[in-house]
Amino acid sequence: MAEPGVKLDLSLPELEKMARHLRRHVITMIATAGSGHPGGSLSAADIITALYFKAMLHKPGNPQWPERDRFVLSKGHAAPILYAVLAECGYFPVKELSTLRKLDSRLQGHTDRTLTPGVEMSAGSLGQGLSYGIGIALAGRLDKKGYRVYVLLGDGECEEGQVWEAAMFAPHHRMDNITAIIDHNDLQLDGRVCDIMGLEPLPDKWRAFNWHVLEIDGHNIKDILQALKKAREIKGKPTVIIAHTVKGKGVSFMEGNVDFHGKAPSPQETEQALKELA
Amino acid sequence: MTAYAELSTREAYGKVLVELGEQYKDIVVLDADLSRSTMTKYFAEKFPERFFQCGLEEQNMMSIAGGLAVSGKIPFVSTFAVFAACRCFDQVRVCVAQPKLNVKVVATHGGITVGEDGASHHAIEDLALYCSLPGFNVVVPADGIETAEAVKAAAATPGPFYIRLGRPKFPAVNTDGYRFNLGKAVMLRDGKDATIIACGVMVSKALEAANSLASQGVDCRVLNMPTLKPLDEPAIIAAATQTGAIVVAEEHLLHGGLGSRVAQVVAREKPVPMGFIGIKDIYAKSGKPDELLQRYGLTAEAVQQAVKAVIGKKSG
Repeated sequence: MAEPGVKLDLSLPELEKMARHLRRHVITMIATAGSGHPGGSLSAADIITALYFKAMLHKPGNPQWPERDRFVLSKGHAAPILYAVLAECGYFPVKELSTLRKLDSRLQGHTDRTLTPGVEMSAGSLGQGLSYGIGIALAGRLDKKGYRVYVLLGDGECEEGQVWEAAMFAPHHRMDNITAIIDHNDLQLDGRVCDIMGLEPLPDKWRAFNWHVLEIDGHNIKDILQALKKAREIKGKPTVIIAHTVKGKGVSFMEGNVDFHGKAPSPQETEQALKELA
Repeated sequence: MTAYAELSTREAYGKVLVELGEQYKDIVVLDADLSRSTMTKYFAEKFPERFFQCGLEEQNMMSIAGGLAVSGKIPFVSTFAVFAACRCFDQVRVCVAQPKLNVKVVATHGGITVGEDGASHHAIEDLALYCSLPGFNVVVPADGIETAEAVKAAAATPGPFYIRLGRPKFPAVNTDGYRFNLGKAVMLRDGKDATIIACGVMVSKALEAANSLASQGVDCRVLNMPTLKPLDEPAIIAAATQTGAIVVAEEHLLHGGLGSRVAQVVAREKPVPMGFIGIKDIYAKSGKPDELLQRYGLTAEAVQQAVKAVIGKKSG
């Protein structure tokens, strides 16, 4: 379903290269903006690359194509990685990425579906994306459409009660056209997730809510693609992919560093980060 | 042909929703374990595949409605007004108001006429909350006929709506053939001495007050103002200009609802003496609906007194 000039069916080495390229965008965008959340964008980069450049059916030239697979970014603060992939797919010009967070930009600090081509949800208040994705998936089922809905949540986000309302709803309605992906990077704004609010045993919790649970290395694109394929094959219940990731992945001084949850890199740090991601 | 004049606002809603379900194949209905009270049960019986029982998951329900709307459906979301406004306000804000989605929140059990269930179930802040959301249309019908017409208008008009209905049956103030126009007030009675502006159950109280006042030689205009947002500013300015005094009556806190909104227009365009009938910064207690209206000053008698007071403040 690629548009002229944009290949959306990349090989494994191409996907890995693209993920690195998107990480560079993230660093540059946030450094230029002077604010933003690099850590959670970098941890999700491989998942988002695998979805947009391989797993999902979509048409960048026709963002409202009714048959498209939908990607819902529930952790709205990871907007930069979504903007980066959308731009590279051709939804809008790559040069627009430098307008992130600026007055009159289409690229808001947290996603705004009324402004940005390809963005499915206005997010930013955590815990709502799975519910919203369920709504899109229910509509698809009513209309007998074959599209799939992918919702990316943060692990800290799973502390929101609404996530578990949605977790109860989807299996009750035997929904198998929705896949939840948890970017399990173990960090949230105030510190380690296990110190802020213990989530474990996270896989057992989802199993107890009647989800099919897959656990993967969220930086291994081959694993990600296999899990997405498996999720498509599971019928009668939804699948959650718990993707173990590293916050700040790809930049040594950001990896596992809670300070880069929501802080822009300095010019020196930016230079260093781009060097590491070259 | 349903006789809406004889129905409570929530019964009228349940019935008209079935009519609309026939007409609009994209209408879907969501409820949170209250369909036998909100009367969405009629729709659920007729169109089970388009009815989503959400259980006691109001927040989930509201965000699901956003996802359905963005996919081309026309979701009607129903629960009690306290839950629709207070329990899931952030979900309405983020998943409906900000993305400007076509979601119709129709809440029943508004105000203190909920009665015996007490303060936790008395929605007295809901209009302030929904009126605060940019782009939301906010409607408070006075009776069954107006409810049916307002719900039809909401289905036909793109954009987010909050429609607030009641629990008990309110006295009918409109007659068959009534046409609801979003954002337009209806003059039920003309007069020159003062104007009473009201919505919901207070419209019948306003008429009662105006009739009593007429027998005492006071000539009141009565405006039924079902749409709080967008507000009928020309009708308010005309009332201020032509009658020189205004009393607003609503089953809601004195702040943030119809009274506050009307006062803002009057203060800006044509300052005249104003009076306000509503709940005075307090949570009500359990009791029968009429007992509560009496206790908290939402009566025709209180409206009359307020009219006399504002007329007394007129200059010259």
